[in-house]
Amino acid sequence: MNDTLQYLLSGNEAIALGCREAGVNLGSGYPGTPSTEILETIAKQAPEIYVQWSPNEKVGLEVAVGASASGARAISTQKHVGLNVAADPLMNVAYTGVGGGLLIVSADDPELHSSQNEQDNRHYARFAKIPMLEPASSQECKDYIAEGMALSEQYDTPVLFRVTTRISHSKGVVRAAEVKPHAVPGFKKRPDKWVMLPATGRARHHVVEERMQALTRLSESSSLNPIEWGDRRVGVITSGAAYVQTKEVLPEASVLKLGLSYPLPIEKIRAFAAEVDRLLVVEELDPFIEEQLRAAGISCEGKSATGLFGELTPGRLGGGLSRLGIIAQEQVATCSAEAQVTPRPPVMCAGCPHRSVFFDLKKHRGNVFGDIGCYTLGALPPLRTMDTCLDMGASLGMAIGSSKVSKDGRSTFAVIGDSTFLHSGMTGLLDAAYNQANITVIILDNRITAMTGGQEHPHTGHTLMGEEAPKVDFEQLVRALGIEHVTKVWNHDLAALDSAVSAAEAFEGPSVIIAEAPCALMPKRAHEQAYEVDTEACTACQRCARTGCPAITLAGLPAEDGRPQALIDPKVCTGCGLCAQVCCDHAIRHVPASENVEVVS
Amino acid sequence: MNGRRAGTGQRPYGVLIVGVGGQGVIVASDIIAEAAMNSGFDVKKSEVHGMSQRGGTVVSHVRFGPQVWSSMIPEGQADALIAFEQLEALRAMHQLHANGVLITSCQRIVPPSVTTSKQAEYPQDVLQQVQAQYADAQVVDAPAEARALGSEKMASVVFVGALSRHLGFEEQAWRRAITHRVPKGTEAVNWQAFLRGQALAS
Repeated sequence: MNDTLQYLLSGNEAIALGCREAGVNLGSGYPGTPSTEILETIAKQAPEIYVQWSPNEKVGLEVAVGASASGARAISTQKHVGLNVAADPLMNVAYTGVGGGLLIVSADDPELHSSQNEQDNRHYARFAKIPMLEPASSQECKDYIAEGMALSEQYDTPVLFRVTTRISHSKGVVRAAEVKPHAVPGFKKRPDKWVMLPATGRARHHVVEERMQALTRLSESSSLNPIEWGDRRVGVITSGAAYVQTKEVLPEASVLKLGLSYPLPIEKIRAFAAEVDRLLVVEELDPFIEEQLRAAGISCEGKSATGLFGELTPGRLGGGLSRLGIIAQEQVATCSAEAQVTPRPPVMCAGCPHRSVFFDLKKHRGNVFGDIGCYTLGALPPLRTMDTCLDMGASLGMAIGSSKVSKDGRSTFAVIGDSTFLHSGMTGLLDAAYNQANITVIILDNRITAMTGGQEHPHTGHTLMGEEAPKVDFEQLVRALGIEHVTKVWNHDLAALDSAVSAAEAFEGPSVIIAEAPCALMPKRAHEQAYEVDTEACTACQRCARTGCPAITLAGLPAEDGRPQALIDPKVCTGCGLCAQVCCDHAIRHVPASENVEVVS
Repeated sequence: MNGRRAGTGQRPYGVLIVGVGGQGVIVASDIIAEAAMNSGFDVKKSEVHGMSQRGGTVVSHVRFGPQVWSSMIPEGQADALIAFEQLEALRAMHQLHANGVLITSCQRIVPPSVTTSKQAEYPQDVLQQVQAQYADAQVVDAPAEARALGSEKMASVVFVGALSRHLGFEEQAWRRAITHRVPKGTEAVNWQAFLRGQALAS
């Protein structure tokens, strides 16, 4: 990153560059698609900035608030649902205000590319009464960091920095600027500002409301909310990803682009509305802008064209505009229907250590309360053994609640990954111990935050910046919380796993199984000696295929009854051995050591 | 290529690249986007990460031209489609413009659902179905070409080479993009992979 060149950067990479240019001192957060690469890029390319993964978003935001209170410029990053976890500090730092500039990045996921819901976090700006910036390109992702820091410091407020998947993960051309370092003066004791009690909180609430008025005045005149005059038959109010789709589909229209999208510049919008024949709001998900305009008595159209669901694509927006008669049907980007071909959903990798756990749990026929991570794929065919997925850590609370009321005779399991357990499973486990819930908790310890691409956490032994770190000991931890029945098992030993599950199930009260084996992909790719099918011995029972391993296909020779034998692709097989352990006929064996194969990446 | 350089018209030129997680779709789209930037175009590219690494379908959009707004190619308007896998070519073809360029691998990667479900199947005649709709579809055995140079991992650069003949960028724009985007120490052999792809397309 030097300042004479242009770069092709994703929104997240551009945010990282913006942090460097704005002299950001600290970044913290918890990985979550589509936010993860912001802190990763800073760690790799701007080592002068201190960045860290926190165990969850609440702690992450509190770390950033502490740095801000000490005069640093700080950034907190998370995906949209992560901000729910951090909502408590968010609502209160709105009252205290900041020291150094504080930006809170919310990376929303319209279309649910990799999320459990598509909540619209613009509401948080209004809820917390803080300003919101919405960049519409990689260049703006970078530029708005410095804008946001200045805004935060000038108005003594945290700033919500709202991006979406199409902004975070799209790449565009970015021109770099000068780096302006920020000196950190240190923490200044000010109880009226930093100690929120009823008396101080009451006073700060007045500060918040006065700040909103001042921010509204700013929004009315800000260069971040420009009007691009064009054809005055249609005037569009829009922001973020919806802005670029508007320009794509309606390049001639007049547009009021909201970069500072909360509080709204209502009077500017009213004046804009008076200059155009028809006022249209183009926004994804909720009618956030539209409802505020209607409340202000400004008539407009919006959701009747754009709908409440998913991302706006050129075709979707065009279709809505043609229904309103704004563009002709022939101008709408359309395509024929997608060919009806076999779907290719994501699957657990070959050699994934989670597979054996679900394969075994299926046999135990319990109620399996699940959690969030790669292992959520255990809910899908062919394993189909996870019965719920709600939010980070919910497996424990839900298992406890169900176990207290269910009389169906089935065992209650909670299945949770190592990173998710450290994120918000520990308090749930404490509840299970305290309230003596008769549940079996399986911690899937693959020693990494795999789902989001392999991030460090307190059990990996490393930090985001590559320093060595203490590794939390799960066994000691769960015992300290009050769990007596604790077993540790190697996932790739199916018999040991099965007896551990049976013993835990039989135990009256809360029990924990720490089921461990490293992720098959990260930090390094699993590569043990591959297996093959002995075509003499295979009776085509196809039990191995029911593990759902992508290395196994039913493309082998037909057996006596005509059913195809299994075939193991030696280039995909990692040698975990699960299929050999489930085979009824002992027909799966190691490939002879002499036949080495190249491993594809 | 016929006529003028890609991306010089009013409408941005759109390249859709599809494949299976782990095949190198993202690297290929990064190289194409960067070569377009090196050629003086405004560029945007877009893809969805998340679970793509777990063997799912991966789709990447690259658009370039004098000015590009949306990072997504409007529905049905891709000017070129590169499919790293046959079934993915069939799945994405409806996004390709009637006069578009189609380059597809002959590689077949059977989705696990075919193994575990009685309903799912992988048809034998995928390439015929593709060619029935796009008679000019170019079938490229990129993995074999890459293996001949030492590693199947370079298949994505072979595809980029095959596409390059349709775009009209200067050699230097490609060379810089490839050098920037491939692992250090593999620049020269990846350049060979690019040239091999380019030769295939002639």
